[in-house]
Amino acid sequence: MNGTTINETRQYLTFKLSDEMFGVDVAQVREILDYIKITKVPQTPDFMCGVINLRGSVVPVVDMNLKFSMAKTERTVNTCIVVVEVNIDGDTTVLGALVDSVQEVFEIEPENIEPAPRIGTKLKTEFIKGMGKHNERFIIILDIDKIFSSEELLSVKENSIVADAPASN
Amino acid sequence: MSDIHKQAFIEEALELLAELEVSLIELEKSPDDKEIIAKVFRALHTIKGSSGMFGYDDITMFTHDIETVYHLIRNGDIKITKQIIDLTLLAKDQIKLMLDNEGGTRYNDEQITGEIIASFRKMVTDFHSKEDKSAKTEKKHNDSVAAQNSEFKSFYLLFEPNEDIFLSGTNPIMILNELASLGKYIIAGDYSKIPSLYDFNPEKCYSSWEMIIRTDKGMDAIKDAFIFIEDQCFIKVNEIDQSDLLRNDDNFARFEQFVKTNGMKLAGALEQFDRDLKQAAFKETAQIKKAREGQDVHKEADTTSSLRVSSDKLDNLVNLVGELVTLQARLNQVASNTQDQAVQSISEEVERITWSLRDSALNIRMLTIGSTFSKFNRLVRDLSKELGKEVELTTEGAETELDKTVIEKLNDPLVHIIRNSIDHGIETPEKRERMGKPKVGRVHLSAAHSGGNVLIKISDDGAGLNREAILEKAWASGIVAQGAELSDSEIFSLIFAPGFSTAKTVTNVSGRGVGMDVVKRGVESIRGTIEVTSKEWVGTTITLKLPLTLAIIDGLLVSIGDDNYILPLSAVEECIELTKTDVENSHGRNLVNVRGGIIPYINLRESLKIEGIRPPIEQIVISNLNGTKVGFVVDKVFGQHQTVLKTLGKFYNNVEGVSGATILGDGSIALILDIAKLCEREEIVQ
Repeated sequence: MNGTTINETRQYLTFKLSDEMFGVDVAQVREILDYIKITKVPQTPDFMCGVINLRGSVVPVVDMNLKFSMAKTERTVNTCIVVVEVNIDGDTTVLGALVDSVQEVFEIEPENIEPAPRIGTKLKTEFIKGMGKHNERFIIILDIDKIFSSEELLSVKENSIVADAPASN
Repeated sequence: MSDIHKQAFIEEALELLAELEVSLIELEKSPDDKEIIAKVFRALHTIKGSSGMFGYDDITMFTHDIETVYHLIRNGDIKITKQIIDLTLLAKDQIKLMLDNEGGTRYNDEQITGEIIASFRKMVTDFHSKEDKSAKTEKKHNDSVAAQNSEFKSFYLLFEPNEDIFLSGTNPIMILNELASLGKYIIAGDYSKIPSLYDFNPEKCYSSWEMIIRTDKGMDAIKDAFIFIEDQCFIKVNEIDQSDLLRNDDNFARFEQFVKTNGMKLAGALEQFDRDLKQAAFKETAQIKKAREGQDVHKEADTTSSLRVSSDKLDNLVNLVGELVTLQARLNQVASNTQDQAVQSISEEVERITWSLRDSALNIRMLTIGSTFSKFNRLVRDLSKELGKEVELTTEGAETELDKTVIEKLNDPLVHIIRNSIDHGIETPEKRERMGKPKVGRVHLSAAHSGGNVLIKISDDGAGLNREAILEKAWASGIVAQGAELSDSEIFSLIFAPGFSTAKTVTNVSGRGVGMDVVKRGVESIRGTIEVTSKEWVGTTITLKLPLTLAIIDGLLVSIGDDNYILPLSAVEECIELTKTDVENSHGRNLVNVRGGIIPYINLRESLKIEGIRPPIEQIVISNLNGTKVGFVVDKVFGQHQTVLKTLGKFYNNVEGVSGATILGDGSIALILDIAKLCEREEIVQ
């Protein structure tokens, strides 16, 4: 599980979910959009908000708060969609992540990043690349490839079927 | 040699091989057809020639021996036998292997190629030894065909190379030398087109030649000289031996003299000489002229007929057109909101052009299904042989056009259906005879247009489906509740369930119950539907209904709550209103009375779990799903919409009832509903 130890200085985009700070490698971020209308796709779990029109292509959007089992993202003036490139089974897929607010981009040296603690983060350990320290604050650096891996997608499907079952009687 | 040229060669060779296979199968049916023999020979000859040019020496060597045999066949010296066809088909497969392996690492089986070559060589030596023997005993052994061939004939040839023939590295002199080696000849060059030195371009060919050849090799030998440059020049070959003209060597020499003294063009000289001769002999000139006109063989270069374009470029074009259609919808919306007449008329103009551009872009990607059909000849032939059955494949509507992607994805399902027809459907010849059916079974493939769809039917005159056996098997395996009675079409559609097979034994052809599942998935992936009809002992017909294209469809734009949705227009029959009182009167049942008929409907708001309140007046879109009418209740119907299909991607893969999305004129997204799936789901729920 520690195959993803970080050993070079990289830049990270930080964003907030509720009051927690998270970071993703900027190399995976394509752009940041203001909140635009999201079209919900029926029969999908709540955390999958739907799809948006990104200059002619249809891009799915995920509510990160719901994905991490926190309260649904409330729409404010700061609400943003971070468009990221995720590697699913060797294919690059473009995906939007709905977050409460985007903070800034800065460098974190490897010595300021600690491996993810096994407990206490309320997140699956494999989703976390490491805990970065910046200005005496902890930033949870996410491994978005893992978060949207095909196994995760598979569990999405199962969930949606389970979610459907009671209603269909 | 650059890779591009090599790639072009491989593509061309693969095409030729496919053509060769088709011709061979045809030849098997009519072994005496000279046209087809010539076709086979030409394909072999071209493969041999061009493979040599690109360094595939093994192919050249290999093909050479086969070509020799076909040369003898063409001359009528060897008769086509089943063995020869079998061998050639094997050889064709080997050549394909050699091509795949780039001639480098030898993956192909030396032993097999060796055996094939040996058999072909044996045929040639057999023929020669027979010839020697019979030549000793009896002189007139040759049949009339061979005798005719060995007779000397004179031909008039006009050879006009295109100006840029040198660019392809062809030297016309080489061709003339080749022709000269055929026999006696008279040649005259036409150099009148050579410009003054000032305008002269040394890279261009300004000359043309006329030639009179007297040979015993026949017209084909002359034409063969031009086999590689057919489309780079104008060639005319006439036989001029209808009368006594140039028949004997004496006349030939006199004509040569005649040309020399008069110094005129050969064609003219020929006519003049002919006339002189005729007058001398008091013969009619009109007769020969008429005969000669009939013999004209025009080989005009058809340079405009087709163009090879990589499919990536086409896909890109279609994508761009898709974006244009979306953009045009936006323009339309903006224009209709302004009061500006000029803008509106421009928008209409753009709309018209966009639509015709869309149609022609999609049309470029259309291929005839014939090439797919002809591939199955081989499959049927090999399979029926393997299973000891006699099966004939007939096709109809091979010219029907379908989108490239649809055709590509159609191949696998068709293979499985045909395999099943032959393995399970068609009976053995003995059984067929006992049952009073013709000994040779028949599989019929047909394609036809029907509205926005293409119908592909695969029918056989075999045993048909056994209704009871399927039902019993379904009960036993628990696919259907024990004892449940089903309609015929419901029973027949069970054969598509995964793992379902009534075959008692599993052969290497079929019986594992996988094939029909593949068929269903394949057809569904191109948004098609399947229907099975069957009569026991009479036969089975499987009908595939496929969309013409996958990129852009005609849709019906509707809305439910705040969101817009697209229903495929091809299935929509009509739209009617559903009022609150209608709903109240039907006592909670989702049925509506349309002109006396009862039609069930699905409330999409409930089915898709869309929040919001039902408006007092809703719309029912009545669609035809495989013959049954089903209504879909929506809030509003906007009308027809040119829908550019976008996939929802991996993330929303397998969301039931939604087949994709499209972007509307105002930039918002509408989901495309898969009404067949929605209906199926509703059936399961109930």
